[in-house]
Amino acid sequence: MPGIIDAHSHIGLDVVNEATDPNTSNVFVGDAINPFSVSIYRALAGGVTASHAMHGSANAVGGQCETIKHRFGVTDPDDMKMDGAPRTIKFALGENPMRVHGEGNGIVPRTRMGVEQIFRQGFAKAKDYMAEWDAYNANPSGAKAPPTYDLKMETMADILRGDIIIHCHSYRADEILMLLDVLGDYGVKKICFQHVNEGFKVAPELAEYGAGASVFADWWAYKFEVYYSTAYNATILTRNNVTTSINSDSGELIRHLYHEAAKTQRYGDLTDNEALKLITLNPAIQLGINHRVGSLEVGKEGDVAIFNNHPLSIYAVPQMTIVDGVVRFDINSDPDDMRIDVDPEAKISSFIDFHSGAEEDRCMQDVFEYFNDRK
Amino acid sequence: MMIKYIYIFSLLLIANSIAGQQVTKSTYGDVLLKNATVHTVTDGTLNNTDVFIKDGLIADIGNNLSAGRNVTTVDCSGKHIYPGFIDSDTRLALSEVSAVSLTNDFNEIGDLIPHMQALTAVNPNATAIPVTRVNGVTSVIVAPTGGIFPGTASLIDLIGYTPEQMDAGFRGVIMNFPSSARRGRRDSRSDEDIKKAQDKATKKIDEVWDELALYHKIDSAATGNSKAHIKYQPEMDALLPVYRGEFPLMINVSKDKDIEAAINWVTKKGVKAIFIGVSEGYRVADKIAEAGIPVIAGPVLSVPGRAEARYDVAYANPGIMAKAGVKVAIRTGDSENVRNLPFNAGFAATYGMGKEEALKAITINPAEMFGVADKYGSISKGKVANLFVSTGDPFEMKTRLTHLFIKGWNVPIESRHTLLYNEFLKRSPGLED
Repeated sequence: MPGIIDAHSHIGLDVVNEATDPNTSNVFVGDAINPFSVSIYRALAGGVTASHAMHGSANAVGGQCETIKHRFGVTDPDDMKMDGAPRTIKFALGENPMRVHGEGNGIVPRTRMGVEQIFRQGFAKAKDYMAEWDAYNANPSGAKAPPTYDLKMETMADILRGDIIIHCHSYRADEILMLLDVLGDYGVKKICFQHVNEGFKVAPELAEYGAGASVFADWWAYKFEVYYSTAYNATILTRNNVTTSINSDSGELIRHLYHEAAKTQRYGDLTDNEALKLITLNPAIQLGINHRVGSLEVGKEGDVAIFNNHPLSIYAVPQMTIVDGVVRFDINSDPDDMRIDVDPEAKISSFIDFHSGAEEDRCMQDVFEYFNDRK
Repeated sequence: MMIKYIYIFSLLLIANSIAGQQVTKSTYGDVLLKNATVHTVTDGTLNNTDVFIKDGLIADIGNNLSAGRNVTTVDCSGKHIYPGFIDSDTRLALSEVSAVSLTNDFNEIGDLIPHMQALTAVNPNATAIPVTRVNGVTSVIVAPTGGIFPGTASLIDLIGYTPEQMDAGFRGVIMNFPSSARRGRRDSRSDEDIKKAQDKATKKIDEVWDELALYHKIDSAATGNSKAHIKYQPEMDALLPVYRGEFPLMINVSKDKDIEAAINWVTKKGVKAIFIGVSEGYRVADKIAEAGIPVIAGPVLSVPGRAEARYDVAYANPGIMAKAGVKVAIRTGDSENVRNLPFNAGFAATYGMGKEEALKAITINPAEMFGVADKYGSISKGKVANLFVSTGDPFEMKTRLTHLFIKGWNVPIESRHTLLYNEFLKRSPGLED
């Protein structure tokens, strides 16, 4: 099958959240790629050839993301990037920006009303900023000094120009409709909702706007805003003509996205082809790279995953994963030195008991460290 | 039908904030399941076989059984019957929304609190119960967490209006073995601090056991003596059945060195133990087998505990231990997604355990570990009617359950997730209306 694509991941990133402002559109996760992260190899061993390395969800407007190819073995972080992939940015609605900034810092947003205004303010200021530059550029040799360069405003302006695809962390139906309203007011078309657990409630509205939806197969009830979820979300969205993908947001789930996609055949009635599209062509569309990857077609890039069984079967084992024509994972050539113990001097061996402590989803990585460090 | 759903759904919206989600009522009565492929687990696979459910039990298994009066007959041609699955360690019904701390009832304050009863905190109306059972999971262990002795676990059936109705009889005291591992990615303790914490906990469990030995003597001497009065010591009371071998000690332990230390401790104290987690069991499988300690492994769908470990060790771990001769059960350790138990078993099956062993790991093996194999864990005459009918292999995602029975109750294949599906697949009003 085509190499699997994950439209929401944080693997291979040293940091995830710049949780210092409700709008951090001036930062780039592409500056924090760690090509040595073993989670990239583990993803390869699950047939995943490309992923969307995302900023976290601490801020209403998060940082800009990076679409990476899983070229495990390269040492230059820049070599992981998928050159020419469209620019993307993380937005976030609901509890995460509310608790980080409202509850945590005592600043807007503390409610979903506040979240809306962060976007409206950002876009309104960007329009003014664009107008100032347009006025200056119309007569650059004139007497007026150029406006102050502002990377945040540049980014927001590029969203308004249609040069950046928004990928928005969201859960509830009401907040999804809110962002559609805001984007409609500013004529922004390129939007893919992430997680979007209540997308099933507003599937016709999503389809009408042309918004994408990238969902979990079955995650729910881990926080209140996902309490009224259903594992049939992907099926309902697909049947309502929303371009839908299934993502991981997790170094664990990314290893078996083929299994996650297959759950739509337990929770719903998607055909094999529809289920496979959720982890190949559809995420490629959402990342704007479907002309290069996401299906097996002559002329596309050589990203392929080979299984010993139908990939939607529980008995499927990935055998070989090829990225740009290079075999990066081969089950018959899987030496132990693919995985290097990072701290040979430690007195306590590197084993981590992931099931004994509270593990936050990585969407909020760096946020609690931030709270701890500044107390 | 649609009107009925809408009616139920609007009732739900009202009832949700108070009592969680209710679904259509289960029905009780004698049922004859005809012409199924019966996967008994303990007596092989029987083709074209009937299973008769009467008075909550599997009353008969055979060919051409005849239905008497008032018996509902279900044609199961082309379908499969499996015993209900058992998840050997969960927080199901002890937690409603994990990020909302006041809805979590599994982690009490204190290191030595074995008298905390998980069964007390089971919410029979937890939304996740129907969500879980429609994937064929009919019984689960509910277990407390945290500290050294966080409480007592119970086995429950996933039907009933009170914890007492759900109680399947088994009790086990939970222990977290002194750990030399980091607890997750955010555990920033120094190597020295981890060692100190481990040493302190090791000293504590030895002290507790010494005190328990004394308490056992006093309690034994006081038995039958009407004048003897023993001061209120709930911790010791809760541990006494473990000391006397009546309940097992269910020990969470993960890392290879810690597993070895736990084997030594259990052997030295002569404790009847079950290990839980055991994510590095693959490194010391022979030693666990030699000690004869059964293991509740999993979650299978998890990342290796070490960056340098092979990518698939968590998938392969249950099979490696089973092959070494360890009796293995599989857990999810989850609360809202215990429904993934068959898929955890399926991954274990695929990565070396084999279908048959993996099926045992969620049926007869836990039943035996919990001392309830006379009632649970297989399709056998006289056992409790915890079973389901499916369109095929229940490890495969494509397979559907068509009928579900728990304690003989015919349970609807329905949960909040299916109700929302029915309501929203084709929304009315849609956009136009």
